[in-house]
Amino acid sequence: MGMVSVSNLKKTYGNFTAVDDISFDIEKGEIFGFLGPNGAGKTSTLNMMIGLSRPTAGEITVDGIDVRRQTKKAQAIMGIVPDESNLYNEMDGFDNLCFCAALYGMRKNEREPIACQLLEQFRLKNVGKRPFKTYSKGMRRKLTIAAALIHSPKVLFLDEPTTGIDVESSRQIRDMIVELKKKGTTIFLTTHYIEEAERICDKIAFIAEGQIVASGTVPQLMESISHGHTIQFVTDKNSERLADELQARFKGSDVTIRPDHSLVMVSEQRIPLFPVMEFFHDKDVEVYEARELRPSLEDVFVKLTGIESSVLKKDKEKGGRP
Amino acid sequence: MRSWIAFWNILKKDIKNYYLKPPNISWGIIFPLSWTLMQLVRSPGGSILELLPGLPGLISMSVLFGTTSMLAVTITFERSGRSFDRLLLAPISLNLMVLAKIAGTILFGMFNACVPILFASFFVDLSAVNWCLLLLAVLMIAITSALMGLLIAVSAKQVFEAQTFSNFFRFPMLFLCGLFIPISSLPFVLRSVSFCLPLTYGTDILRGTIVGANILSPLLSFGMLLLFSVALFLICRHNINRKWIL
Repeated sequence: MGMVSVSNLKKTYGNFTAVDDISFDIEKGEIFGFLGPNGAGKTSTLNMMIGLSRPTAGEITVDGIDVRRQTKKAQAIMGIVPDESNLYNEMDGFDNLCFCAALYGMRKNEREPIACQLLEQFRLKNVGKRPFKTYSKGMRRKLTIAAALIHSPKVLFLDEPTTGIDVESSRQIRDMIVELKKKGTTIFLTTHYIEEAERICDKIAFIAEGQIVASGTVPQLMESISHGHTIQFVTDKNSERLADELQARFKGSDVTIRPDHSLVMVSEQRIPLFPVMEFFHDKDVEVYEARELRPSLEDVFVKLTGIESSVLKKDKEKGGRP
Repeated sequence: MRSWIAFWNILKKDIKNYYLKPPNISWGIIFPLSWTLMQLVRSPGGSILELLPGLPGLISMSVLFGTTSMLAVTITFERSGRSFDRLLLAPISLNLMVLAKIAGTILFGMFNACVPILFASFFVDLSAVNWCLLLLAVLMIAITSALMGLLIAVSAKQVFEAQTFSNFFRFPMLFLCGLFIPISSLPFVLRSVSFCLPLTYGTDILRGTIVGANILSPLLSFGMLLLFSVALFLICRHNINRKWIL
């Protein structure tokens, strides 16, 4: 059993099924990305995992603790970052952190040094005494994450941590997530950003219409839609005849000309470069570039969910709550 | 888990963020003061001595108005900004969290009750008052009113809804609990309703301890207030479980 284990989880609201029989495991120290468009069931799943919503069916355990039956015990080892930065506007950054620590039973002499340390770590020390309402979006997000870390949780739940904030803050948050992983924190991350998930997640699950359509490591997911090897050649000249000759020379390959006039060679087997280059040399064709083409995670998402990635991009622009 | 730390900090945060804000302090002083002056003006000949019979009603109203809407509004406000989720997700029991939230309102309600008492103490003789009984009655009125505020907060989604619901409860209660019209003068049906309101019992204890004109035994009234408190607490807890943890 993993650090976080979800099995046959289901959530219905009347006739509407928001989450439909999903299962997955997250190992200790792993970053698990949960990707899907708005309304796919990401936040519904997250809310059940953190005990803010009751599952219609299924089991959730965190570090072996049954979240349904021992909700408060499980919440004690969780750090939760909701999709909205929901700290107290009237309080300053330092007091907000101290208040959040107090909710976890930390005494004043325990919480104050950690609050100072987190403000420094998140580069918010100079605004620590400013009311939260005066913070920029990026600063609000960073303080909300800092608040979730104040009690050193074993598992961190992040709901759209970088949505709607500036590039620099996003980068800092991503670096911080990777740092936490290195320290052994298990991280569950929901996001619209395919590139972000691809960059930092160890495992990814795609959710659409309440169901997990695919899950695995990034290479596994890419492998799932990749058939054979593809190499693109940028040459000084090409023609249909050259493509046919190349195809005939290398049995089992398929060669096409792309609209950008490059030649694309697809083969079930790995394509040895030297014979191909020799072929071009014999035909007096100059090769400027030879590049292996791999499917992106976005291609995987589109292929597996049938949802155009532009839908995700639109969601991301809205920055709305799923 | 050191739950008391969470309890104390929720209470401290609410007092600092909401109850000690200038608009609320001024409301807490001006509102009871206005009612007291109104009572003075409507008394025959504007005699200051007429203040005493009206004092139980003034105390009850001050507590009722200071607690119900305050708790309903602050919780609805926190819910709409989703900061309330932090409390729901904290590893403290729901009971403790509810107690921490209503504790601030109870203290604010009791502060409100002090205003008419303090004002009256300058003009009328209060030496015969049983202060222990009065304090207990004020506390019980504050507890039941705060829990009614919580019940409203669970049902309201927006701050304006919370305010509307509060008035929907408060004003009929004022007219039915014997503050303005003696319960004995009410028609039978309304009299039955008035005995279903916690404020009736709280006001009756106050009337007994200030002017000696209670119609029920203080023991019975306290028993009823305790019963209302437990019932309201359980209903609130059930509703929170049902409506806030979906």
